[in-house]
Amino acid sequence: MPDNSLAGDQHTAPVAAVAQAEAGPPPGKPRSLWSDAWNDLRRKPSFIIAGAMILILLIIAAFPGLFTSVSPRASDLSGAYLKSPELTKFFSPEWLGYDSQGRSIYARVIYGTRASIVIGISVTAIVLFVGGLVGMIAGYFGGWVDAVVSRIVDTFMGIPFLLGAMVILVSFDVRGKMVITLALAVLGWTTIARVMRGSVISVKQADYVQAARSLGAGTWRILLRHVLPNAMAPVIVVAMIALGGYISAEATLSYLGIGLADPAMSWGSDINTGKDQIRVALHVLIFPSIMLSATILAFLMMGDAVRDALDPKLR
Amino acid sequence: MTEKGIDLVKDETASTPGTPLLDVRDLQVEFHTREGVAKAVNGVSYSVEAGETLAVLGESGSGKSVTAQAIMGILDMPPGRIAGGEILFQGQDLLKMTEAQRRKVRGNKIAMIFQDALSSLNPVLSVGFQLGEMFRVHKGASRKEAKARAIELMDRVRIPAAKERVNDYPHQFSGGMRQRIMIAMALALEPDLIIADEPTTALDVTVQAQVMDLLAELQQEYRMGLILITHDLGVVADVADRIAVMYAGRIVERGDVREIYREPAHPYTRGLLDSIPRLDQKGSELYAIRGLPPTLTALPAGCSFSPRCDRATELCVTERPLPVTVTDAEGAPIAGRTSACHFWKETLHG
Amino acid sequence: MAESTREPILEVRNLVKHFPLTQGIVFQRQVGAVRAVDDISFELYPGETLGIVGESGCGKSTVAKLLMSLERPTSGEIFYKGEDISRLSGRALKAVRRNIQMVFQDPYTSLNPRMTVGDIIGEPFEIHPEVAPKGDREAKVRELLDVVGLNPEYINRYPHQFSGGQRQRIGIARGLALNPEIIICDEPVSALDVSVQAQVINLMEKLQDEFGLSYLFIAHDLSIVRHISDRVGVMYLGKMVEIGSDSAIYDHPTHPYTQALLSAVPLPDPDAREGRERIILTGDVPSPANPPSGCRFRTRCWKAQDRCSEELPVLAVPQRFADADTAVAHESACHFAEEKPHVAHA
Repeated sequence: MPDNSLAGDQHTAPVAAVAQAEAGPPPGKPRSLWSDAWNDLRRKPSFIIAGAMILILLIIAAFPGLFTSVSPRASDLSGAYLKSPELTKFFSPEWLGYDSQGRSIYARVIYGTRASIVIGISVTAIVLFVGGLVGMIAGYFGGWVDAVVSRIVDTFMGIPFLLGAMVILVSFDVRGKMVITLALAVLGWTTIARVMRGSVISVKQADYVQAARSLGAGTWRILLRHVLPNAMAPVIVVAMIALGGYISAEATLSYLGIGLADPAMSWGSDINTGKDQIRVALHVLIFPSIMLSATILAFLMMGDAVRDALDPKLR
Repeated sequence: MTEKGIDLVKDETASTPGTPLLDVRDLQVEFHTREGVAKAVNGVSYSVEAGETLAVLGESGSGKSVTAQAIMGILDMPPGRIAGGEILFQGQDLLKMTEAQRRKVRGNKIAMIFQDALSSLNPVLSVGFQLGEMFRVHKGASRKEAKARAIELMDRVRIPAAKERVNDYPHQFSGGMRQRIMIAMALALEPDLIIADEPTTALDVTVQAQVMDLLAELQQEYRMGLILITHDLGVVADVADRIAVMYAGRIVERGDVREIYREPAHPYTRGLLDSIPRLDQKGSELYAIRGLPPTLTALPAGCSFSPRCDRATELCVTERPLPVTVTDAEGAPIAGRTSACHFWKETLHG
Repeated sequence: MAESTREPILEVRNLVKHFPLTQGIVFQRQVGAVRAVDDISFELYPGETLGIVGESGCGKSTVAKLLMSLERPTSGEIFYKGEDISRLSGRALKAVRRNIQMVFQDPYTSLNPRMTVGDIIGEPFEIHPEVAPKGDREAKVRELLDVVGLNPEYINRYPHQFSGGQRQRIGIARGLALNPEIIICDEPVSALDVSVQAQVINLMEKLQDEFGLSYLFIAHDLSIVRHISDRVGVMYLGKMVEIGSDSAIYDHPTHPYTQALLSAVPLPDPDAREGRERIILTGDVPSPANPPSGCRFRTRCWKAQDRCSEELPVLAVPQRFADADTAVAHESACHFAEEKPHVAHA
């Protein structure tokens, strides 16, 4: 029982608890678990770094024109074919060099951000909604509903993620952001459903849910006011980590040539272009790769930081 | 050094020749928390003799378990930190030992029994293996020998059909049986001191009686010192020789169990005794100590109990009472009896 | 206080709850049943406290859940003021719930951590809007906080800012919100420190007097049950083995299990170590999935004979005590019921 210290001692008044039952001015402002988590996060370097990175990525995705004046499609084959980067010329078109079609890699990296971010966020949103709903229903109602849903989830989990996405995408002639998003969402919702189901099962046994039932609360009130807010934390953490995974999946599919392709912009397809000149012009490959890794890392770090902050065992 | 109680401990032990088995002196433990430094143990001194049962009585947050963890050397550090004091075991300071030396003491000389036997036993190893491990690690016994000793021990703590059950896993035993296994494990190497932290709190009352009886009997047989950490005034009255009452990280009163139950010399002890309903008589309204224990990050300057005490005066708020030897009605000091209250006399005799 | 001439406010008749043990995932089949509550009957009178004691697994918490309609009984009836409420649902059930409320054991899990104290205590009014019009609700919540001894200014705080005792007061305030007649208390103080237990017990007694509440007080701590109860029932393995006034159970117990239970409770009195008879039971409580035949207690009973395994003893006043005019004349489910001195007393 290593945690039988102050924090582990269940009956100890929380160190910051209100001092007296009857008297005394209420010290401090009201706090909730989320505001506690926020206080924790604010002081965490990994959260600050990840947050800043994600913020910048979001701005780039929304307004790429703010960061570069050249078009990512403008090609100058004669003058700029595989031109090396000029690393001192920050934010200029020639900063990160040019690719085999004489296009500015810097501009392409900037304009490629949108695809990754949009697909990552849309897949996560769909998956959260669908998986969350299915998981909640299965977890809360249990019985045969749960048995049926769980078998469906198991079936989907049996499909290898990337292979499944490839099979789906190959059957489409035109593969835009929408199609890729849907393909990833179809295969991805089960993860969230599973986490949500487990989380709901543990929450629904809590005494406060029983208390609400014994007050006569209806199913929807119990689900929305008592179960969902308490079951969300692990789901959000998993979703944030999954977001990085969806971005990486999109890049992988585009790299393989079954995701986004010219003229659409994607780091994955740019990495694919770069691989052919890997011996003569490494920079064509390296900069989209760095950007991709940094983006995935940012979301993973964010998910990790949020998990630590929400982990009730550390409270 | 905030507590001047050391001298008092010394004259308490002076009556018996030689050094006590365990002598905790002015122990201080802090925890570094988000809200600041929590002084969980704030100058605690107590001693235990061989064959004696000392009950450390206190509510949650009183520091009774933290003291035990410091003695065992299983305190989580950080966030915990031993800020001062000595823990003399057979005359040697445990806090000055190397980790290797301490490991030898732990289990071999001092053993601990926890409240929650299920989480203290490894769920994927059989009970017999875990019991036998003690002999293999500390005594270098062979596998076969270890198993034989494990069965012997299970018999010793009266687990029925020990031979057949030696290969069972912890979850296959009932709560009471698991606690017996914990006791067997603690006894395995015949330690000189056992620390039992709420050993029966999780058990039903009829099982609790079985386990307490067993523990007391084995303690007598092996002449071990026993530190019983509990909040249960009934269990204390049943088995303890002496008690130390803890409140907010300090010992507020100590002495012979009968004397303290008959005539408490600290308002907190008195309040506790008055606040529990009795099985053998139907009382009227219970006495309730008002308010809550202080937060350990912001202990009051004076007596920690003063905000809840009916007897508190200006003196109690400003000046912290040190433990003093309690005297009887004729003014003769009572051996081993101290109270950390400015008004112990009034509490005792009034 | 138990005036048997009065009509009971709650009457439980032959209540049974078996939890099926199933195998298989999609196609489940029953392989047995945990007999959590097995044919128990009792009454609760207006304004009284009926204590239910027993060790873990005896079914006392299941009784609470059945009375709260959180579980459906396998068979048997629960009459509230003469109406069987055990099979109600929907609107009718919701109406009954106003009158029967519950205080939970663990003050750390019984309050939704994401809701403020005001929302927690105010939720009953949202569910039953007819009790308090919208404009009055905050005032009502403040009043309730005051009634349970908490500062009404704390209305916007979250549960984790309070200590265990304070949280239990919040739980009690929620239970009181709808002005119920009956409160089911499932181990309401067992998670609290000794000094705080007394505060909460005193509060509950005060509220009972003030609002004329009837309590069903379920606990494993026999001393606390004696303190608060007018009558006490003792449960063992899903059965009620003995029931009577507090003096009947504590001063004149006639069922061997009650005697063993009482004798095992350590008294907070070192001088009582001697002179008190300790009955140390051997073995553990059998599994409720496979209880012994006949008397459930016979496997651990020192008086057990062949008859005990063949014939289930009924809960009734034993013949030999039927004419006694002391508290010994109370219901006890034992073939060999007799008094045994010095189990609770020194």
